[in-house]
Amino acid sequence: MSTQMELKNKKEKKFNILNILVQNSVPIMFFIICFAGIYASKLNMNYILNELVLRLDRNLLLVLSLIIPVIAGMGLNFALVIGAMAGQMGLVAIKLLNVGGIPGLLLAMLIAVPFALLFGLGTGKVLNKTKGQEMITSLILGYFAMGLYQLVFLLFMGTIIPVKNPEIILPGGVGLKNAVDLKFIQYSLDNIWKLNIFGIKIPMVSILIIVLFCYLIRFIVKTKLGQDFRALGQDIHIAKVAGIHVDNKRLIAITISTVMAAWGQIMFLQNIGTLQTYSSHEQVGMFAVAAILVGGATVSKATIGQAILGTILFHILFIVSPNAGKNLFGDAQLGEFFRAFVAYGVIAMSLVLHAFQKRAMAKQKAEESEAQMD
Amino acid sequence: MKSMWNKIINKYGYPKVYIVIFLVILIITAIIQRQDIPGLFRDSIVRIGMNSVLVLAMVPSIASGTGLNFALSIGIICGLLAGCISIELNMTGFSAFMTAVVVSIPMSAVSGYLYSKLINKVKGDEMTISTYMGWAIVSLMSIAWLLLPFKSPEMIWAIGGKGLRQTISLAGRYDKVLDNFMNIKFMDMNIPIGTLLFFGALCFLIWLFMKSKTGAAMLASGDNPKFAEASGINVDKHRTIGMVISTILGGIGIIVYAQSYGFFQLYQGPLMMPFVAISAILLGGASAKKASISNVISGVILFQMLLTISLPTINKLMPEGNLSEVIRIIVQNGVILYALTKVGGSD
Repeated sequence: MSTQMELKNKKEKKFNILNILVQNSVPIMFFIICFAGIYASKLNMNYILNELVLRLDRNLLLVLSLIIPVIAGMGLNFALVIGAMAGQMGLVAIKLLNVGGIPGLLLAMLIAVPFALLFGLGTGKVLNKTKGQEMITSLILGYFAMGLYQLVFLLFMGTIIPVKNPEIILPGGVGLKNAVDLKFIQYSLDNIWKLNIFGIKIPMVSILIIVLFCYLIRFIVKTKLGQDFRALGQDIHIAKVAGIHVDNKRLIAITISTVMAAWGQIMFLQNIGTLQTYSSHEQVGMFAVAAILVGGATVSKATIGQAILGTILFHILFIVSPNAGKNLFGDAQLGEFFRAFVAYGVIAMSLVLHAFQKRAMAKQKAEESEAQMD
Repeated sequence: MKSMWNKIINKYGYPKVYIVIFLVILIITAIIQRQDIPGLFRDSIVRIGMNSVLVLAMVPSIASGTGLNFALSIGIICGLLAGCISIELNMTGFSAFMTAVVVSIPMSAVSGYLYSKLINKVKGDEMTISTYMGWAIVSLMSIAWLLLPFKSPEMIWAIGGKGLRQTISLAGRYDKVLDNFMNIKFMDMNIPIGTLLFFGALCFLIWLFMKSKTGAAMLASGDNPKFAEASGINVDKHRTIGMVISTILGGIGIIVYAQSYGFFQLYQGPLMMPFVAISAILLGGASAKKASISNVISGVILFQMLLTISLPTINKLMPEGNLSEVIRIIVQNGVILYALTKVGGSD
């Protein structure tokens, strides 16, 4: 009897390990790829870690901003681009007002908020019209918004919006320059307090801010609002029946995400130091989404831990793949193509897996209801 | 008046009506600006011919119920590969063009078939998945273009001696073979009759196919899958057929495009091409669930005329910035967005 129990226990334990492996297959796979990449790139570990800290500092807030819409069942918010645009508007504004350093950065964040709120509400309105197709819609919406953004910054600046500053306006007097110098706020956060641990420079204030945002997300999820989000994520119909104002909550979720993305983009550019007016935001959504998915998140489930792990893994890949491609195949470009393939591929795979899951659940539900009918 | 307006909107949909109005305004502006109007029309016709087959490729996928084929790039890549093979075989002229078409068909058919296996398992999420699958395959093929063992010095990088070039010129191969076929001069305009005939023939074939028994079954399974299933139609099989035909047309489409354009664009070239074809057919009045040959024809005419005429006209109005390109981005994605809002809402 007891041996049987033991056997059963053992079996369950084994099953559990297998389960854990299967459930975390994506991050495990990327661990292996990353290690292989680090080995093949022959880069110095110190260099990799320094780059990694830098990239975490730049990207983590953007990746974190994806979490809340996922919890609310809206899938991955590819329209992060729109939030990034709001952030860039804040930065252009402080450039015009010529406020540098920490006050400038804070002002940029403040100015970006109303834009982000507006854009977030707009995005939410469109996504409420396309329930079930949020991800493709948010992707196309991002592209559409890029067109509008170009319209405003390339043609309205200097004509409809009276901007004269020759430092950022094209020589013709209309349109913003391709690159706007942000040296006056570069590293303003990062350089406040820098710790040097074994040769790795860690910008403590930026890291602290990111940690603060992690807690903020945790806090939001625990409030009544967060509970509503989770209810929506589990089953939109049941949530509706339970009296949750579905459309409204979805609007709130996407707006939070958009505001965070705006701040994330400001943090990002604060570190980079140059605003590529027409291309800084282009790939923001895709890279953030790919990063969180590499960490093991899915279309319907994402945690802070997954965001952090994913960003680390994805960016290690970014750092090492050109060198690895060069060493393995004699071509750095090959590594870059591989990187793009990984980004697109991981998104495609996790979308497919999610669709499979949805199908299996629908089947199970149908069977259950049939069983009940019997 | 108002009821007539509503009637028109109901019949043609907002995008088509607004774009027609916009186009008319553009043409009037062009006339006022004394632009070279025959020249603009000639360029439009060339570009219509160039893009036509790629737009036609959307019809089978929409009709069979797999939605807008964002993964058309798979077919495009097969076409590019076939085109490269025909150059590698050192062929020229019309025979080279036909070889490329013939070689592309089995490749597209196989990849379309394999792809449909996946698409049939993810019903309801086809469009999102297609987009990323398409992009992933384009990036994967970018690696392949670097490594494939092509030898023709016309195609590989001069330095290093391996890896295909970013753009491969077709001059001296089959540059404009269709465009110049039966080329007639009409009011000083060179009209690419060959390309338009080729497109017409393909349209006719697709139309014929839609009228056949298989085609009818495919339309039924796209229109109402549950009903089709109940009346004994194998929905998955007909979705597969739609996907395969769409992919084949994508492959042929890029070869037709390239002979008119004069270049093959490899690597990231096919990345956004499906989007252009999709917005053209949507402008023609198609939706994510319904499309016909007439949608293709009116869509490709409207979209390409818009692009061709807006470039010189708007740039003359506003020399600063690239407004016509901005308008392209807004129109192209706005139309897709509009179509998506019409699909969704069903939660």
